[in-house]
Amino acid sequence: MSADISQQLQQQLLHAVEQRRSLRIVGGNSKAFYGREVVAETLSVAGHHGVLNYEPTELVITLRAGTPLSEVEKILDDNGQMLPFEPPAFGDKATIGGTIACNLSGPRRAYAGATRDYLLGCKIINGKGEILTFGGEVMKNVAGYDVSRLMAGAMGTLGVLLEVSLKVLPKVETEVTRLFHCSAVEALDKMHAWSQTPLPVSATSYHDSILRVRLSGASKAVNAAVSHIGGEAMENAGQYWQDLKEHRLDFFNTEKPLWRLSLASDIEPGRLVNAGEGDVLYEWGGALRWLRSDAPAQMIQAAVAELDGHASIFRYADQSTIFQPLTPGLLRIHKNLKQAFDPHNILNPGKLYPEL
Amino acid sequence: MQHSEKIESNITSVELIKALTNIVSSEAVLFEQEDLKPYECDGLSAYRAVPLVVVLPDTIEQVQQILALCHNHHVPVVARGAGTGLSGGALPHEQGVLLSLARFKNILHIDAKRRIARVQPGVRNLAISQAVDQFGLYYAPDPSSQIACTIGGNVAENSGGVHCLKYGLTVHNIQQLKIITIEGELLTIGGSGLDSAGYDLLALMTGSEGMLGVIVEVTVKLLPKPERAQVLLAAFDDVVKAGEAVGNIIAAGIIPAGLEMMDKLAISAAEDFVHAGYPLDAEAILLCELDGTNEEVSEHVLKVRAVLNSSGATEVRTAKDEAERVIFWKGRKAAFPAVGRLSPDYYCMDGTIPRKQLPRVLKTMADLSAEYNLPVANVFHAGDGNLHPLILYDANIPGELERTEEFGGKILELCVEVGGAITGEHGIGMEKINQMCVQFNSLELTQFHAVKAAFDPLGLLNPGKAVPTLHRCAEFGAMHVHKGELPFPELERF
Ligand SMILES: Cc1cc2nc3c(=O)[nH]c(=O)nc-3n(C[C@H](O)[C@H](O)[C@H](O)COP(=O)(O)OP(=O)(O)OC[C@H]3O[C@@H](n4cnc5c(N)ncnc54)[C@H](O)[C@@H]3O)c2cc1C
Repeated sequence: MSADISQQLQQQLLHAVEQRRSLRIVGGNSKAFYGREVVAETLSVAGHHGVLNYEPTELVITLRAGTPLSEVEKILDDNGQMLPFEPPAFGDKATIGGTIACNLSGPRRAYAGATRDYLLGCKIINGKGEILTFGGEVMKNVAGYDVSRLMAGAMGTLGVLLEVSLKVLPKVETEVTRLFHCSAVEALDKMHAWSQTPLPVSATSYHDSILRVRLSGASKAVNAAVSHIGGEAMENAGQYWQDLKEHRLDFFNTEKPLWRLSLASDIEPGRLVNAGEGDVLYEWGGALRWLRSDAPAQMIQAAVAELDGHASIFRYADQSTIFQPLTPGLLRIHKNLKQAFDPHNILNPGKLYPEL
Repeated sequence: MQHSEKIESNITSVELIKALTNIVSSEAVLFEQEDLKPYECDGLSAYRAVPLVVVLPDTIEQVQQILALCHNHHVPVVARGAGTGLSGGALPHEQGVLLSLARFKNILHIDAKRRIARVQPGVRNLAISQAVDQFGLYYAPDPSSQIACTIGGNVAENSGGVHCLKYGLTVHNIQQLKIITIEGELLTIGGSGLDSAGYDLLALMTGSEGMLGVIVEVTVKLLPKPERAQVLLAAFDDVVKAGEAVGNIIAAGIIPAGLEMMDKLAISAAEDFVHAGYPLDAEAILLCELDGTNEEVSEHVLKVRAVLNSSGATEVRTAKDEAERVIFWKGRKAAFPAVGRLSPDYYCMDGTIPRKQLPRVLKTMADLSAEYNLPVANVFHAGDGNLHPLILYDANIPGELERTEEFGGKILELCVEVGGAITGEHGIGMEKINQMCVQFNSLELTQFHAVKAAFDPLGLLNPGKAVPTLHRCAEFGAMHVHKGELPFPELERF
């Protein structure tokens, strides 16, 4: 399936600019829960669909933004390749555009890089209705400012993604998961000890006194690593990492707001008490922590800011997502950038911060 | 050559120098012609300009005050690291301040557990890896200039190295920056986690060529040193076969730590210079480094050797020990100076292409070389499609530099035509400003100017670099009508 609706999208945007009405950009609507609420006419990108260029030996794929993530993963898989950042889909409707706009990455992130790291170029419509291309389909390109990466995580507030080019990698040959029963402190120690050595670790998680570590790579390397780190074998590990990535584990089935904390990997558990620490699931060697807590947002964010990290309510809150407040200097630059791309405030206004 | 864009300052040079000596000690302010001379160019010596004054602060507060002063009086500021840049990025502005970060030389903190190092911008790239070696760690991006270039310059150019196919560019290997805005405000970008709130300003700053702010601190990510690294050298009797071998290695599911190609002229120059034992009869060689755990490397060496043989290599050697591995690389890393010995001057280009376009690009380049009667040596980051054609010329022959630049410009335009880019790692600076008009249309350039204005509305940081004005493109376009299409048709012609 393939369809080019960029003309219609541009027309709808130009019309909105004329009438100074804002637009809510929607791909598959799979991550509607994420980000602040935008009440506006819908601009639906899902119909903008198709693979534009894929040559496995060039390690690059170019896609229209409305292409379903599942379709992208299938094509790559058929060719022995993958998206190294393991993006969560959160449902079967996710599109590649939404994936890039949210810049969410899965378990492999700490070891292979984030969504933004694999973004090579994009075509966008800015808030003036202009179709612009930045970056490209080559691995290295430093011509002009890195506007493509600026789009990753901007949640549509700077431009509508029309096309994206991504670097892809060969699938790993062998994957094995080992588990350990230990305390959180011991788990952090172990994860840091591993990270000092060139072990082929590709994911870690800790919750409920169980540390899990996934090893990926050439089979001999994985086998050697297994005998080096020990632990117990884990059954159905592939399913576990999928469920973790997609938030299908019991942990994520919660009444309380789910917080996403991003901080230095070695912050000891005790140092988060001010964040009302109760139930925490660790990923990324300790650098990503999911927290179930109904402590006041300000309290959690202040505690995490103190540790030089940032916290956002991910889902299940009464309010929609609240991102960590920016310092006044950074907020000024953010507002200027919003003005530079979307002077009439058409695109997803307020999705990220009320001021943007 | 006059390059500086005109800016009306509201301070005399005498007053400016006096105000600067109130901020830093007088020995850190240079304004005598003989003291300014060493700063007149960067690694691209064909472009020269003498700044009004050079200032060498050593604290963040001083940088803040200097920038606030320049902001208040509309004085242009050009930041400079080691001056090894190859695109004239650190070329001074004739009415401006050259702000040298050379005194910011300290490694502030190494955190082996978190695998990061917080360093000042004037720290040399290689000094970081040397300082963290005791912990079994290293900083991955390794430009060939790594003994001299600074980390601040690396961030400003988003520099790469021979290992960036597997380990990424500067943008993939930094975690936090402290920058000073043109108003003198200190901003912290990024954090101590793997991501930060809001827009990805870390990416936007990386590769911004001193146009958006002055970098005063960099937190780099470190990697554990691989257990083992092994390099293979393969010889080919045909450059195209060497290019195909690169694709075949990747198709076999292997991402080498480094994958470099050199053509015949580059091989012989490097061999003369460092005696690496390169095969002189080959049309091209590939250097393929594999790293990882011991077992992984053993497995991959066997696989890659088979791929190279089946791709038509006339010879495949594996470095027999660490000493030989180092010498194999030494030839590659010294390729620029080695080629430099062949001719009075050389001009280094930096285009990128989709790898499959290599045969076409090499062919066209050979034709152009014959047309301009200027030899070209080719050094190629083959894994990621980054070409470094080195054009040999003699600046003392009237008109030869101009012809070289024209030839170089055509190579870059060819890169764009085949779907690549005009620069992979050396940046636009002053040098490739005209080719920006080929890579981007006027709406895109206007968007870049708007990004610049979000940080520096008066346009005082590195004026005239990196992004051309639309008028400049119209002038350039008038000279270079591409495939019969007039670029920038909406602008009037002069
Ligand atoms: C022999 C040779 C080999 C090279 N090999 C490579 C290579 O393999 N890969 C590669 O990528 N490059 C290479 N280069 C190019 C060059 O070394 C890099 O671009 C390097 O990053 C420049 O660092 P520098 O400290 O010399 O910066 P400079 O040349 O001093 O400055 C470069 C740019 O950065 C800006 N800048 C510098 N410091 C700051 C700061 N603190 N804040 C804001 N802006 C700043 C300047 O204004 C300028 O625009 C090579 C150069 C030479 C001479």
